[in-house]
Amino acid sequence: MDLLNAFVALSNFVLIPAIAYGSQLALGALGVTLIYGILRFSNFAHGDTMAFGTMATILITWGFQAIGISAGPLPTALLALPFGIAICAGLLLLTDRTVYKFYRQQKAKPVIFVIVSLGVMFIMNGLVRFIIGPNDQRFADGERFIISVRTFKEMTGLQEGLAIKTTQGITVVTAVIVVAALFYFLNRTRTGKSMRAYSDNEDLALLSGINPERVVMVTWLIVAALATIAGVLYGLDKSFKPFVYFQLLLPIFAAAIVGGLGSPIGAIAGGFTIAFSEVMITYAWKKVANYALPEAIAPDGLAQLLSTDYKFAVSFVILLIVLLFKPTGLFAGKSV
Amino acid sequence: MSDLTRNTLYFAFVALLIIGTGFVQSWNSALFVLNFGLISAIMALGVNLQWGFAGLFNVGIMGFVALGGLATVLVSMPPVGEAWAAGGIRVILSLVLGAATIVGAILAYGALPKGRMRAIGMIAILVVGFFVYRAVFDGGVQAVEAVNPANAGYLGGLNLPILIAWPVGGLLAAGAAWVIGKTALGLRSDYLAIATLGIAEIIIAVMKNEDWLARGVKNVVGLPRPAPYEIDLQNDPSFVERAAGLGLDPVTASTLWVKLIYAGLFSVVLIALFILAQRALHSPWGRMMRAIRDNEVAAEAMGKDVTARHLQVFVLGSAICGIAGAMMTTLDGQLTPGSYQPLRFTFLVWVMVIVGGSGSNLGSVLGGFLIWWLWVMVEPIGLGLMQLITSGMAEGYWLRDHLLDSAAHMRLLTMGFVLILVLRFSPRGLIPER
Repeated sequence: MDLLNAFVALSNFVLIPAIAYGSQLALGALGVTLIYGILRFSNFAHGDTMAFGTMATILITWGFQAIGISAGPLPTALLALPFGIAICAGLLLLTDRTVYKFYRQQKAKPVIFVIVSLGVMFIMNGLVRFIIGPNDQRFADGERFIISVRTFKEMTGLQEGLAIKTTQGITVVTAVIVVAALFYFLNRTRTGKSMRAYSDNEDLALLSGINPERVVMVTWLIVAALATIAGVLYGLDKSFKPFVYFQLLLPIFAAAIVGGLGSPIGAIAGGFTIAFSEVMITYAWKKVANYALPEAIAPDGLAQLLSTDYKFAVSFVILLIVLLFKPTGLFAGKSV
Repeated sequence: MSDLTRNTLYFAFVALLIIGTGFVQSWNSALFVLNFGLISAIMALGVNLQWGFAGLFNVGIMGFVALGGLATVLVSMPPVGEAWAAGGIRVILSLVLGAATIVGAILAYGALPKGRMRAIGMIAILVVGFFVYRAVFDGGVQAVEAVNPANAGYLGGLNLPILIAWPVGGLLAAGAAWVIGKTALGLRSDYLAIATLGIAEIIIAVMKNEDWLARGVKNVVGLPRPAPYEIDLQNDPSFVERAAGLGLDPVTASTLWVKLIYAGLFSVVLIALFILAQRALHSPWGRMMRAIRDNEVAAEAMGKDVTARHLQVFVLGSAICGIAGAMMTTLDGQLTPGSYQPLRFTFLVWVMVIVGGSGSNLGSVLGGFLIWWLWVMVEPIGLGLMQLITSGMAEGYWLRDHLLDSAAHMRLLTMGFVLILVLRFSPRGLIPER
């Protein structure tokens, strides 16, 4: 039995990756939940919005790299991020003007919005593939590790190593900053309060003189920022592939629903719930178990509950359980 | 212009497009478009049943189509005797155990009093059941997949005629739809969309990874066919003679003849389903469905069981998609789980239904043909367009190469624009519901 090594192995393979992945999902789910709260539909184009923002950031990053701008040990993509957000915001405002605004004025049913967002998804997906192609793109540069396995072993003298990738560190730090800024904005500023008022009761908000078009515009801007940041962090941590971003839609929606659609805190809780379940269920526990358990009962096999190919099944099953037993989600979102 | 003349014109136009393809490209590609158009029309009928009749938003069509494809393998391939001897019984036993676990948990949920005991009891049953299931399942799967992995490694099917697989595919899809509908219907409409999106991904993941079932990404090739093989026709003197009488060489004639047989089979299915759907639409049941769609609250007040009717129509529509999926795999002659793409199988069918006219069966059929033709033709047209745009650019210029390479992605863009433009300017579609 060696609990210390077990914990290090657990942190290295489960806790740290799950925290990073959870932050990325939480940022994505925040975008979905905001659109749901303010514009009142499930935005199926969200995954491709993330892909579009990330693509814009990647192109700017390449430009910076070509002219020799870098952020030292940090990835250059962080410098390019504001430009990526701006481009993504431009596209979202354009789609809102040309597409969604018409249906808003018609007071169309939410399901019509969802179908329209499917069309938008098609176009964004096509644009991304058209501009950057359907293949894998890697754009992370700078220092690769905050702590590498070898330094950790030398420092502690433990048998197990612990690696923290720079991208994982950046993900968590950025996510904390973004979430703090978002909550400050929603709870303290005038615009943020008017957004929450609009989300709670549209008619009452209109009566008290809130300009709905402004609320919608601000929402799209925030969504562009959240989606681009989530997408870039995911791309830095893993790699950028348009189809993978489309597939992220399922865990992101699962996270938003588990937390309660329309509830920002719920989106964050949901993101981490999904990420931890996904990583823990698809991780092969053999190593940790061998350290933590006495030899007699240590497992022979991999001790993996599900193969990693089924990671989407995990978010799906959690989604089904929530729909069956608590359809409003953990933090009582505004739906059923 | 009356409805009849307008509809006739639409269909004449589609026929012209397909025949035009025959003259411009080749008759083989025209028949290819026709066959897949027939299948697409059936899928669109199924989705129209869900969306047009009942307003249910299903984005998991790909999953139901894939289940239909799986049915062809399970029904028509010969069983692999060694695999059954090695571990087949064990795999089946483990699946029974898994199902028993879930049933046990549901029974416990009903039987135990509400409270902490019930939660603990259910979780205990599920956890114990899962480990028992895995213990039995893993060994069986290893044994099965070890049997001649290069060209078997799976259990095989029942060796029945492949036409039986079509209704079986419908049944498989209906079963999956029932599970999803039971959970997600009765909640708000978006939830069904997300649940179906999930089940589709999972069905594809299962088909890719469970090699014992249908060989996963190693694909099952050489499915039996309901039509004769081209090579047999070419060796048949009477066929060659008849082909020569029409002025065709035997190779072309045989491929055309086989495709025509498929077209005939598919047409029979399409016409049968179309008549059924049309009868359903104009029956009291169809009127009730539309009443529910237009005002759920009022329909419920009139004593209609909205959730049960939704479940019914959702299962029916998915079954039709399953049938279409089985037909498509039959036409391909092979099951390739890697080729199922949501954009191609789910969202394209949606474009068909919306463009054709949601709520109108004839519209869905029209949309199926028209959009399928567009989907096939956008690629060469896009390439031509790109060649035209880039003709002024120098050879090897990066933008020229990039544009030419990207022509393949024109499809998504075009379909997205078609969907949005139709929704905006002609939301009732080409043939509106009456």
